[in-house]
Amino acid sequence: MNTAKNALISSTERVPKARGFKLFWITAWARAYPRIVGTTRERSWLFFETVLPLMGVAAYVFVYRAINAPDEYIGFVVVGGAMTAFWLNVLWSMASQLYWDKDMGNLELYVLSPGPMMAILLGMAVGGLVMTASRAAIILVAGSLIFRVSYQIASLPLLILTFGVTMAALYGMGMMFASVFLASGREAWHISNLLQEPIYLASGFYFPVKAMGFWVATFASIIPLTLGLDAMRQLLFSSDPTLGFLSVPLEIGILIFLAVFFIAGAGWMLAKLEEIGRREGRLIERRR
Amino acid sequence: MVIAQRILDIPFVRRSNALRSFVVAAWLGWQIESNWADPFLFAIYSIARPIAGVLILVVMYSVITNGALEQPIFAYIYLGNALYMLVGQVITGVSWVVIDDREHYRTMKQLHTTPLNHYTYLLGRGVARLIIGTISVLITIGFGIVAFKLPIVPAAIDWPLFIVSTGLGVICLATMGLILGALTMMMARHFWSLGEAVAGALYLFSGAIFPLETLPNWLRPLGYIFPVTYWLEVARRSLLGPNAAGFPTLTAFSNEGLIAILSGFAVVLSISSYYFYRWALHQAMEKGLIDMETGY
Repeated sequence: MNTAKNALISSTERVPKARGFKLFWITAWARAYPRIVGTTRERSWLFFETVLPLMGVAAYVFVYRAINAPDEYIGFVVVGGAMTAFWLNVLWSMASQLYWDKDMGNLELYVLSPGPMMAILLGMAVGGLVMTASRAAIILVAGSLIFRVSYQIASLPLLILTFGVTMAALYGMGMMFASVFLASGREAWHISNLLQEPIYLASGFYFPVKAMGFWVATFASIIPLTLGLDAMRQLLFSSDPTLGFLSVPLEIGILIFLAVFFIAGAGWMLAKLEEIGRREGRLIERRR
Repeated sequence: MVIAQRILDIPFVRRSNALRSFVVAAWLGWQIESNWADPFLFAIYSIARPIAGVLILVVMYSVITNGALEQPIFAYIYLGNALYMLVGQVITGVSWVVIDDREHYRTMKQLHTTPLNHYTYLLGRGVARLIIGTISVLITIGFGIVAFKLPIVPAAIDWPLFIVSTGLGVICLATMGLILGALTMMMARHFWSLGEAVAGALYLFSGAIFPLETLPNWLRPLGYIFPVTYWLEVARRSLLGPNAAGFPTLTAFSNEGLIAILSGFAVVLSISSYYFYRWALHQAMEKGLIDMETGY
């Protein structure tokens, strides 16, 4: 019996262990997979995650119509409304995610697995970005059609570049927040709640951020969507050259810096939190 | 617990299971809502969101009108948004209790094995959100009077009209929240968004931040089927008096007429929420959904 068992074991092909970059890549993809595939598995999200934000967008559009605002402001609201999907995704599905994972018992599995935690965060970000991009695209297209928004695109490659670096910086920020929120415990929920309307205001989601004045706009620029949205609006509504806060190239430069800063910060904070959590035995404690 | 205990010691409260459940739930709700942070942080949290929410509209308005804050439409938008905070807080506050107890604290089983009156328990848990919402409304209106010179003079406010209409409005909102809570008991997916979806729809269709005339003709009738539309109109009239902006939608209704409509809504929603809740509870128990943890 034992001989047969040993023969079976020795004849089974050994699965090579993933290491280094391959392990990083496999882990990131494994975490991104449910988020990407989930969007096609159950389509009922279409109603709640597109109609709901569209109603919010519509409310602000009708405010502008009630006070006879110029047409491009309707476009500002539609673009800002689409971008709120990314901000909400970063708050609730990036920053708060490790806290949810701890609550559901997934965090201990992440920590025990050989996959690097940075790869898990990256997978969360990539999956979240893909998942949210489809929602934002629907909001943008539907909002533009319903409210007849016309765009005058100054440069499509620059627009794509701006969107790309904005997302890199934004999701880098989400990766960094994940560690901070995990450490905050129960307060994470309230912090996420608190970072909605005040950020919509300071970052100019529904109006050009320039209207907030130089200093507020400067401080708000730490949120990548502030400059990203401002640059995208300048490129999408090029008929009005006065609406921008800073020039597009400068905004792209700052966004690249923010992306590097946040992603590096995420790695450092995650390592720090893991070390403190392991030392104090609180990493997977669910009472907080 | 001191205040709650004093209320519980009142003889008629002690004798009524429904009232006892309500008071204990209100105390519990307040603890859950407020004990996660020190009072200072909690105060900042309670103030920052509503002020930021209303400032978004102020900036939008100012950018377009070059700061013409003395126009009646500004007071209409500002007050509508300030009062609307109660809508979101009360509706989602009551319905959210089911999610909290079932998914987060996982105490649904225990609660349903106690001799609680679960209908009044849900209402009681919403009281904390009502208190926070009321504080937010007061702060926002106060901020509007000081910072933007809203034409509200305490001596000129029609207090009886304001109190009666707001009381009826809160009953309508709480019972709507109960209906959503009952629906939540039977849902496995998307229950997180239910309260928000209804609050979002009401924000759009109740004329909270723009007159209903701005909506396309075919959407306008939707505004008439929600009690919030009537409550916001009476509340604005009672607070602003002759300064209230007149838009054709509800000018045909006198204050008494609007109060009668609100009373009708309050009665219908109270009765229907009670029976709907009983039916939903029965369904949830029959199907084994009452303590379901979806992790969704």
